[in-house]
Amino acid sequence: MIPWLTIAIALPAVGAALVWALPRTAAKASPARAARTAEAGGAAEAPAGGGGVATAVRPATTAAGGGSAETAKRITLGFSIATLLVVAAMALRFDTSRAASLQFEEVHPWIQRFGVHYAVGVDGIALVLILMSAVLVPLVVLAAWNEHDDRFDGGRGYFALILVLEAMMIGVFAATDVFLFYVFFEAMLIPVYFMIGRYGRGDGRSAAAVKFLLYSLAGGLVMLVSVIGVYVIGGSFLWTDLVGEGSALAAVDPATARWLFLGFFIAFAIKAPMWPVHTWLPSAAGASRPGTAVLLVGVLDKVGTYGMMRYCLELFPAAVSWFVWPVVGLSLVSIIYGAILAIGQNDMMRLVAYTSVSHFGFITLGIFALTAQGQAGAALYMVNHGFATGALFLIVGFLVARRGSSLISDYGGVQRVAPKLAGVFLVTGLAGLALPGLAPFVSEFLVFVGVYAFHPAPAVVAAVGVVLAALYILWMYQRTMNGPTKEGLTGLRDLSARETWAVAPLLALILVLGLYPQPVLDVINPAVERTVGIGSGTADAAADGGSEGASGTQEEEGDAE
Amino acid sequence: MIPHMDLPVITETPPNIDWWLLAPLATVFAAGVLGVLFEAFVPKGRRRGIQIGLAVLALLAAFVLLVLQVGSLPADESGVTVAAGVLAVDRTVIFFQGTITVLALVSLLLISERRDGRDAFAAQAATVPGSEEERAHIMAGSQHTEVYPLVLFAVLGMLMFPASNDFLTMFIALEVMSLPLYLLCGLARRRRLFSQEAAVKYFLLGAFSSAFFLFGAAMVYGYAGSVNFGEIRLAVEAGGAEIFRGGDGEPLLLMGIGLVAIGLLFKVGAVPFHNWKPDVYQGAPTPITALMASCTLVAAFGALLRVFFVPFGGSAESWQPMLWVVAVLTMVVAAVIAVTQRDVKRLLAYSSVVHAGFVLTAVVAGSTDGLAGAMFYLAAYGFTTLGAFAVVTLVRTRDGGQELGDLDRWAGLGRRSPALAGALALFLLAFAGIPLTSGFIGKFAVFEAAVAAGATPLVVVGVLSSAVTAFFYVRIIVVMFFRDPEGEGPTVVRAGAATGGVIVIGVAATLLLGLYPGPVLDHLLPSSEAGSEPVAVMVDQASTETGAK
Repeated sequence: MIPWLTIAIALPAVGAALVWALPRTAAKASPARAARTAEAGGAAEAPAGGGGVATAVRPATTAAGGGSAETAKRITLGFSIATLLVVAAMALRFDTSRAASLQFEEVHPWIQRFGVHYAVGVDGIALVLILMSAVLVPLVVLAAWNEHDDRFDGGRGYFALILVLEAMMIGVFAATDVFLFYVFFEAMLIPVYFMIGRYGRGDGRSAAAVKFLLYSLAGGLVMLVSVIGVYVIGGSFLWTDLVGEGSALAAVDPATARWLFLGFFIAFAIKAPMWPVHTWLPSAAGASRPGTAVLLVGVLDKVGTYGMMRYCLELFPAAVSWFVWPVVGLSLVSIIYGAILAIGQNDMMRLVAYTSVSHFGFITLGIFALTAQGQAGAALYMVNHGFATGALFLIVGFLVARRGSSLISDYGGVQRVAPKLAGVFLVTGLAGLALPGLAPFVSEFLVFVGVYAFHPAPAVVAAVGVVLAALYILWMYQRTMNGPTKEGLTGLRDLSARETWAVAPLLALILVLGLYPQPVLDVINPAVERTVGIGSGTADAAADGGSEGASGTQEEEGDAE
Repeated sequence: MIPHMDLPVITETPPNIDWWLLAPLATVFAAGVLGVLFEAFVPKGRRRGIQIGLAVLALLAAFVLLVLQVGSLPADESGVTVAAGVLAVDRTVIFFQGTITVLALVSLLLISERRDGRDAFAAQAATVPGSEEERAHIMAGSQHTEVYPLVLFAVLGMLMFPASNDFLTMFIALEVMSLPLYLLCGLARRRRLFSQEAAVKYFLLGAFSSAFFLFGAAMVYGYAGSVNFGEIRLAVEAGGAEIFRGGDGEPLLLMGIGLVAIGLLFKVGAVPFHNWKPDVYQGAPTPITALMASCTLVAAFGALLRVFFVPFGGSAESWQPMLWVVAVLTMVVAAVIAVTQRDVKRLLAYSSVVHAGFVLTAVVAGSTDGLAGAMFYLAAYGFTTLGAFAVVTLVRTRDGGQELGDLDRWAGLGRRSPALAGALALFLLAFAGIPLTSGFIGKFAVFEAAVAAGATPLVVVGVLSSAVTAFFYVRIIVVMFFRDPEGEGPTVVRAGAATGGVIVIGVAATLLLGLYPGPVLDHLLPSSEAGSEPVAVMVDQASTETGAK
């Protein structure tokens, strides 16, 4: 049997090591860059003269023969595409008829004293999220190709970090051992921290990176207490041992289960990002390179919502009912609040970040509605949001690359000079506001249907978010693309071939999934039904006055058909 | 019932001593004495090489002997006591001793490092700082090779400290360990007044804490009628020595526990007995700081665990509330104060205080798992902190002389020497407990033991203070990597083979214990299969006859 998931995790990690290990000679010899690299090299050489420590930086040789930054990019792209191929090959072998159960499982003991295993496996939801991550990474690499040419290292560190992050992203979705999940969950902060703080944009980047890291670490540490609690009570870290009827964790009293649930939930809510712990996201996204923002918002934040489905709901079914309404309330606040703040933004990166706060509100709403459509919609939304928001970030990034600014007020009338760019921007924007025919519509619709079945009131409130979405997207489009062309923008280039290649696959996916989402739903649905069974069962149990209400499960599932 | 010991009686026959089990301590002691003799008889020019060779050989030999001893311990028993029950030799003790020996060897690399013919120590400590005489000694290239025998004596004390099986031996170990350290702290080559001040502070406070410890030991003797740990344990379980059968001995025991705890908590630097740490860590020569931050901490915790688990194990309910308070204070106060620090050595000192708080949570757990967690934590922390201090010795002010303590001026280090800054970043992430480093596994081990023992609120405080500590570790990374240097930035002196070696060992240990801790956790640490009470894996007099006879 081929260890698909291990290969998919190891491949980018190997690529990262390779990029790091490349000899550090200077990049191309364009005059400006040569001067800069000489300066950087000089700085590295100065201590060497006075006896510098044994650093790996070699003095800048006279930039002959191409340069390693270019090689680094090619290696990165190669490895990310190879990973995509591996993941795609794996997806083709995925048995849809058994999508509710874990497949491609590998279990090896890691730390026996604590019962920790290197255990990976995917169900339908994890599979589509891994697939989404693997699709996004090569596109991000392509889009960021020239972004770091002016850096002292030509961006090779950045590309290595992307590959490290990819390995951890696949790992975090694939982990079926709570400890392993936690390891990836926390460790993936470090590459992102450096991607923002070291390779980000603007003066506020190090502050934004620290804010991001501290928020996430604080959440993660609270979760650590719950992780330990799960082990102490459940006696194992293996997900398959913890869920299910006979496990010690299922028998825990509801009060303890609530605390454990809360520990996990806080970490996931920070990650997701849910109001009121979302404040790190706009500053982090605003200080990120667009590529970083794509991975941060498109993939990393999904770990939060994925964790809610996978860990909060399934590990602590006894606690779920208690949390349904508070979480629904917070989701609604996120939807409305994110949308209103998005309208008020002048910085496009921050604007897209706030739209994501709103969209994540829909996702958590769908999850905690505890109906099959709601959760299927939420899972599908995670994928669609990754593509749509990813494309939006990339296009904003193209604008930033041209003008050096992400402020809306610096643009205007771009459509006249760069029609292709404007057209792509419009389509992705419309995807962001869930226009029928584009992918996010399907998922948003499913969420609404599911939430309405749960209770009409939240569905009605959430609908306001859709109206506001039209406002922030179209208004941004109007201010940047329409109207008279601003001075200084007349020479704006249209999309280059590389940039077209970076967004075209995303647009294609948005269109295809908008018109024919069935293949993805086929994979997601069985997995969702498993979690819904757990959640709704206890919700009804609570409604029935706390008795064991297994009968509610069938009713809900009947509704779901 | 208290079993009667034959030993205090004057006998014709000499006591039966198992020299094999005493061999590691005897080796280090003999090497220390030999070193003193070399100081007296070997010509100046050749002393340094001989002293270093002797110290390294002695520590290596001690380590090999310790490893052989583990093999010779009977498989079914946890260990034996030696020399009429004054020292314990069990797997826990040997783990502590082995860790201390290895960490001391690594620190010795730092201590022996020389640049341009000068090490980190004053040319002639007896001269007045800034005087003509001092300059003359510097020009003449004088050096204190006494440092090496002093280090050996300190290590001897550290090896005895966690192995002691009665309070008097423990007190002697405490003093043997501390006296050389007081002296070593005052020997810095640069900023000598500062260093001497640190030494005086350390000495005065240390003397106080020793007095507390001794007084406490006297109280406990009054309660139990013995200083032997095994007998005290039996007395505690029985409610006191025979004269207290009425049940009014409790205050003596409580006072004894409290006073002994003060002495030990001072050595580990727990709040509110932590005030010496920042001053001493900052003032002492950095290699000595490294020695104290790693080996002394391990030894002190070894002793603390032994005292609380073996003699006082039976009265856990009376000392646990106290340790709860101390642990919470340590984690919270030190973390908050550390945030305001701007000097790297002070910051690492406060960080060491916070880590002491984390280990205390495992002591509070009072279980075998807690013991094992603390042991792993200390070993992992020892290597990481040695590496961190090794990096500190390399970053200097622009004029090339002093170490650069001011963190703000470390800006741009990541650009200048990525490898060095990367290593430090790894150590800091390990301190912060990020997964894939040894710090995370250690933190998990101690917190898991605490949660399993029902001390969840303590763990919640622990993780919150971890989040605070992460802030200042991360800030160092920000300064090194994200900020552009002001002016020319710091100078980084070339790492010699010794310092470079320390950093490499630190990185390797941090990663290895983080990625693949299984062998250490499974084979070297006590497992709860032996019993959930730590005393099951820690020998005392009462559980054995074989060693004494």
